[in-house]
Amino acid sequence: MSAGGRVIPGRGETVGRPAPSRPAASRDGRERPGRRKTLGRDLADRPVVSGSAGPSCQAAPESGMTRRTALKVLAASTALGGAGGVACANPEAEPSAHETLSGFEPLPPRNPLAAGTPTDPDLLAPSVPWEFVLTAEERRLASVLADVILPADDRSPAASAVGVVDYVDEFVSAPGHDEQLATVRGGLVWLNRTAQERFGAGFAAISEGQRREICDEICFEPATPPSVKAHARFFDLFRDLVSTGFWTTDEGMRDLGYVGNVPLPSFDGPPPEVLERLGLLGEDLE
Amino acid sequence: MTAFVLAVSGLRVLLLEAGRHYDPLRETPMFQLPREAPLRGAGTRHKPFGFYDATVDGGWEVPGEPYSVAEGSEFLWWRSRMLGGRTNHWGRISLRMGEYDFKPRTRDGLGFDWPLNYAELAPYYDKTEALIGVYGSNEGLENTPDSSPGVLQPPPKPRAYELLARKACRRMGIPVVPAHLAILTETQDADRLPRRLFPGNALAQRVTADSMRGRAACYWATPCGRGCSIRANFQSTTVLLPPALATGNLEVRSGAMVREVAVDAAGRATGVHYVDKETLLDEFAGARVVVLAASACESARILLNSSSSLFPDGLANSSGLVGKYVMDTVGAGVQAHVPALAGLPPHNEDGASGMHMYMPWWLYGEQLGGRLDFARGYHVEFGGGRRMPGFGAFSGVEPLTEGSYGRQFKDDCRRFYGSFLHFDGRGEMIPNEDCWCEIDPEKVDRYGIPVLKFHWKWSEHETRQAAHMHAALAAIVDEMGGRVLTPIQTDGAKAIAAGGQIIHEVGGARMGETPGDSVLNQYCQSWDVPNLFVTDGACFVSNADKNPTLSIMAIAWRAADYIVDQLATRSIG
Repeated sequence: MSAGGRVIPGRGETVGRPAPSRPAASRDGRERPGRRKTLGRDLADRPVVSGSAGPSCQAAPESGMTRRTALKVLAASTALGGAGGVACANPEAEPSAHETLSGFEPLPPRNPLAAGTPTDPDLLAPSVPWEFVLTAEERRLASVLADVILPADDRSPAASAVGVVDYVDEFVSAPGHDEQLATVRGGLVWLNRTAQERFGAGFAAISEGQRREICDEICFEPATPPSVKAHARFFDLFRDLVSTGFWTTDEGMRDLGYVGNVPLPSFDGPPPEVLERLGLLGEDLE
Repeated sequence: MTAFVLAVSGLRVLLLEAGRHYDPLRETPMFQLPREAPLRGAGTRHKPFGFYDATVDGGWEVPGEPYSVAEGSEFLWWRSRMLGGRTNHWGRISLRMGEYDFKPRTRDGLGFDWPLNYAELAPYYDKTEALIGVYGSNEGLENTPDSSPGVLQPPPKPRAYELLARKACRRMGIPVVPAHLAILTETQDADRLPRRLFPGNALAQRVTADSMRGRAACYWATPCGRGCSIRANFQSTTVLLPPALATGNLEVRSGAMVREVAVDAAGRATGVHYVDKETLLDEFAGARVVVLAASACESARILLNSSSSLFPDGLANSSGLVGKYVMDTVGAGVQAHVPALAGLPPHNEDGASGMHMYMPWWLYGEQLGGRLDFARGYHVEFGGGRRMPGFGAFSGVEPLTEGSYGRQFKDDCRRFYGSFLHFDGRGEMIPNEDCWCEIDPEKVDRYGIPVLKFHWKWSEHETRQAAHMHAALAAIVDEMGGRVLTPIQTDGAKAIAAGGQIIHEVGGARMGETPGDSVLNQYCQSWDVPNLFVTDGACFVSNADKNPTLSIMAIAWRAADYIVDQLATRSIG
C-alpha cells in the first residue's frame, strides 16, 4: 500500500508530502527518526471536550478566537459531550469547497455514519474539538511575530490577515502539544523581555527594524550559539506553524500558483511553456 | 475478493467485518481542503495518514486492541477496522509478481519457492486487473510481466517532474515507465468485459456490468487515499461489495470480531465464534466452508487462538508454521530539492494523485552475477511537485533558505514550491526465522481475545539493499541536478523502515507443496482442515518488491474458483 510513505529520518513533517504519524514512543525508549521537530507530534489520548463549551450556545471565549472557530468548537463540543445540549445552529457557516464546484453533486453536509470519536471523526464536517488556550496578549504578540515572518506584499496579505494566529493557537492548544505550547509561550515571553531590555518597549511596540534585529539572532538554528539555541528552536517551530497556517489558506495557495483540486475532463500533462523551461520539448509525452 | 467471487458464483456468503459499516459514496471527503480540517489535516495518533485519510478506527494503534512486540524487536502493525479494510486507503499500486518471484529459491538458493508459477496465476492477474481497473503499459521488461492485450487502462500522461526523472534515468540505464495503479482513466467497457470475465455466468455478468456502469473515470483531482465517491479507484467497498450484494447472495455483518474457528469431532470447520461489538456477547455463525481474510497476521492470530484437544497448537498448524515467516517490504527513501523545478509556470499537476511513472528493478543481471551484496531487487516510487499545500508546507527548508524570514522567506517559498520530490525504494524481503508472531499469553484485547506478539529481525540482504537504495536514489537526484535534503545512510540499518511500517506484511500461513512444509496448498486450502481457507496475504511464500494487493486478489480469485469447484463435486463442505 504505502500511501504516503514514511517519516523521513532527520526531519519532521517535511516539504514533499504529509508524512504519516507514528506511534508515540519506540519500545526501547530511544528517540525515533523524524522527531527532531516537535511539529506533528501525536495527539495524546485525552478527553476531547473542554469545559468551556457547555450545553448552551455561549459567546466566544476571551482569547479572541474568531467567531467561525468558536462556532466550530461549540458545535463539536455539543456533538461530542453536551448531553441534552441545545443545538447551535450556524446560519453563517461558510460554504465548503465542494459546494462551490459546479457540475457535481454536492456531498451531504454531514457524515451520517461517523461515530464522531477521535478515530472516526466526521470527515465531511470537520471541527476542532478542543479549547484554544492562548491569552489575548499572547495572540497579539503571536500576530506581530507571524507578520514579521510572512508580511504582506504585492501578491498576498500578511499572515495575521488570513487567520494564521488562529491556527497557531489551535496547534499549541491541541491535546498532547504541551511541549510546543510551552515553547511558544516561553518564546513570546523571551521576545518581549529582550525587546524591553534592548529597546525599552515590548516586542509589539518596537520598530520593524528592531524586531528584525532580535529575530536575526535566532532565525537559523544551525548558526546560533548555545546561549540562544532554545530561542532558535522556538523560532523554527513558530515559522513552521506560520508557514503551514499561511500557505494552506486560499490566499496562500493562490499566491503559490496551486491550481489543482478541481475536476478535469482530461489530464493533459505539463503545458508547452513548462516543457520548454525544462528542456523537455521533443520528449515522448506518453 | 473471495466473497465477491463466491457470491457471483451463486453461493450464499456471510461476510463478518470486525469494524464498522463504511460507505465511500456517502462519506468520502472529496475536495475538502486542509484548512477546513483540524491541524490543517495533519497526521495524528488517531488519524496517522492525515485527517482526511479514508481509514477510520485504524492505524498503528487501535483503541482497545493492543499487540506486543518482543524485547529487541521493532515492528509496527497497521490495522483498519472498517468495511473494506485497508483497500480504502491503499496506494493503488498494482504490480504483478514475475516468473522469478514465484521461484526465488530455484533462482538464487534463498528463501522458498511457491507451489505455483507465474503462468498459472497469469489468467487471474488478467481477470483481476480487468475487473478492478488498472492503468499502466506493457513494456516487455525482465520479470515485470505484461498484461494480456486489452486488459490495462491507458496510463495517464507523465507530470513534468516524471519526465525530468525519466530523462536523467535514461542516461543512467534506469527504466522509468508508466506505473500500474488501480484507477480508472476511462470508463470500463460494461458490455464486453463482464462476458469475458464470467463466461456462461449470467448472474455474474449482470451484476458486474451494472457495477461497472456506476463507476466514473478519474477526474484528476482529490487524493485517492481519502477513498473515492465516484468509484474511479479500487476499494473493495466500491468495486467488489456492490455487485456481490446485488446478487442477493451476500450478507455483511459488521462489528463482528472473530475470535475462533469452530471444528467438529472429525476436525472439520463448522463456523466461527465472534464477539458482537455492540452487545459484547459471543455469537456463532455456522458455515460449510470457512474463509479467513482478516489480513495476514490477524488470520494467523485467529488460527493460533483456535486451539482445541484435536488441534492443541492452533488450527491448521500441524506444520508448526502458523505465524512463521512473516515478511514486510524493505523501505528506504530520500527527500530532494530539484532546482530545475523551481519557479515553473503554474499548472495543474494533481493527476491521478498517485504516481504516473515508476522505476522497476533494473539490476537483475548484476544481482545474478553476484556483483551486488544483496540478493533481491526493489523498485522506486517517487512523487512531489506542485501538490496541494498541507500540514508541514515548507517545514524543513532551512538548509536552502539559511533561516530566511520576512519577504525573503515568502519569496523563497514561492520559488521552491513544486521543486521538492521524494524517492522511495520498495524492495523484496527474504523470509527468515526471526520474523514471526505468536500469541502473547499475558495479554488480551477488550473483547477478551488473546493478542499477538511480534518478533522481528532484518537480515543483511535487506539492510544492504536499503543502503543501495539510498546510494542509487541520491545518484538519481544528482543526475537531475538536485540535492538530497535528508541524511544519506551508508549503514542500511539506519536507512531501513521498521518492520511492518511499509504495511505490506504477508506470510504467517504460507502455501507450499506438502503438509509438512506449509500451512496451505496452492489454493489457500488448509492441509489439515479441508473446508478452511486463508485468502489474504498470509499465504505468501515470498514477498517480491511488487506491492502485494494485486497478487492477494488474484490468488484469492483462484482460490474462490477452487472452492466453487470443490463444493460442486462435494469434495468439501
